[in-house]
Amino acid sequence: MPDSGISILFTGSNFWRLLQGLWVTIQISLISVGLSFVFGTLFGLLMTVKNRVVKAFCWLYLNFIRIMPQLVLLFLVYFGVTRQWRINLSAWTSAILVFTLWGTAEMGDLVRGALTSIPVHQYESAAALGMDRKQTFRYVILPQTIRRLIAPSINLITRMIKTTSLVEIIGMVEVLKTGQQIIDANRMKFPTGALWVYGAVFLLYFLVCWPISSLARKLEEKRR
Amino acid sequence: MNTAILIEYLPLFAKAAVVTLKISLAGIAVSLLVGLLCSYIQYFRIPVLSQIVQVYIELSRNTPMLVQLFFIYFGLPKIGISWSRETCAVVALVFLGGSYMSEAIRSGLEAVEPVQTESAVSLGMSPFQVMRFVVIPQAMAVSFPAVVANIVFLIKETSVVSAIALADLMYVAKDLIGNDYNTQEALFMLVMFYLIILLPVSILSSVAERRIRYAGFGY
Repeated sequence: MPDSGISILFTGSNFWRLLQGLWVTIQISLISVGLSFVFGTLFGLLMTVKNRVVKAFCWLYLNFIRIMPQLVLLFLVYFGVTRQWRINLSAWTSAILVFTLWGTAEMGDLVRGALTSIPVHQYESAAALGMDRKQTFRYVILPQTIRRLIAPSINLITRMIKTTSLVEIIGMVEVLKTGQQIIDANRMKFPTGALWVYGAVFLLYFLVCWPISSLARKLEEKRR
Repeated sequence: MNTAILIEYLPLFAKAAVVTLKISLAGIAVSLLVGLLCSYIQYFRIPVLSQIVQVYIELSRNTPMLVQLFFIYFGLPKIGISWSRETCAVVALVFLGGSYMSEAIRSGLEAVEPVQTESAVSLGMSPFQVMRFVVIPQAMAVSFPAVVANIVFLIKETSVVSAIALADLMYVAKDLIGNDYNTQEALFMLVMFYLIILLPVSILSSVAERRIRYAGFGY
């Protein structure tokens, strides 16, 4: 059969399989994002604590996570932690764990940045109005912090979605790996399959991330 | 952890670090050039070209480097574009880095207030002089921290080139874990070498950020 390139995507259930792979990617992203937002908020609050030991711990955690490539973190957990403590972590668990640890650090830094960017006079004015600490936080600081956080944290979501592509390297079957399998299975029938399948994976990632990052940009422009 | 094994691994990782560094340096240098070009096209709103650059930036920023790399290394040869592993790795890094650099440089250019260029023009400067003596010096100060942060980001991103069997730090670590089962030693060396490479740049990045805020150009 002459090579008809693009039809590799629509032969059998190939496209459906790619979408299933994409669903795995999205699932890992959503779970990690959800956990990171919860723990990141707590971590951000922890970073504003004025205790020396707490500060040193936060600094070390944030900077170690940030300086290491995410793939190294993935290796540390998937190969290192499992070997050190003789426990068995699946690629799935390792991925969620690593992306949550990383997302917590990033989200925490965003929360800390938003909190510390609130000018002192906001606290002072609230105190002058007779609000107690709880009220100040609930009615004055929190709403402003959240507004500042929306755009950068939506951006963090696209970063996390893009980073999940790394789990392919530790053997998880997500969209990229599914693409590889389709290419390998059709090597004889569609010699140019790699072009179309990887092109499709590229586009799928774009179609997921682009609306989210556009939304983040629009919100940011609106806020200014 | 066994020190004898660490010493045995040292030359292997040193060799791999050279691969990581080479790809990083080449990729970052070309990314800066692409970024400069794209940011100027966007800054001057050159018709057609600036739309093309916008599409490139959106495509590059909304897809993972690993997918870009696979498309370039496995996909493009099918239409006759066949490069070596090293070239593919650099091209992928530039495809990703070009857009990040462009955004960093452009935000610097746009941070220069219009009143600056207007004043320069009213002093009789030519468009070239306006850029050379007024806009670029101020823009550079603003974009420098973002550019350095992008350099750290791009060095980190090179870790995925192991997926096309380029013998960088990741690849050697994975190889040693697989062959010798000395997981802890290999991972320790991996972390150490990335720290040696990334720590100085990262420190420069945070120093730059503080210095520029102190200088307070543009606002």
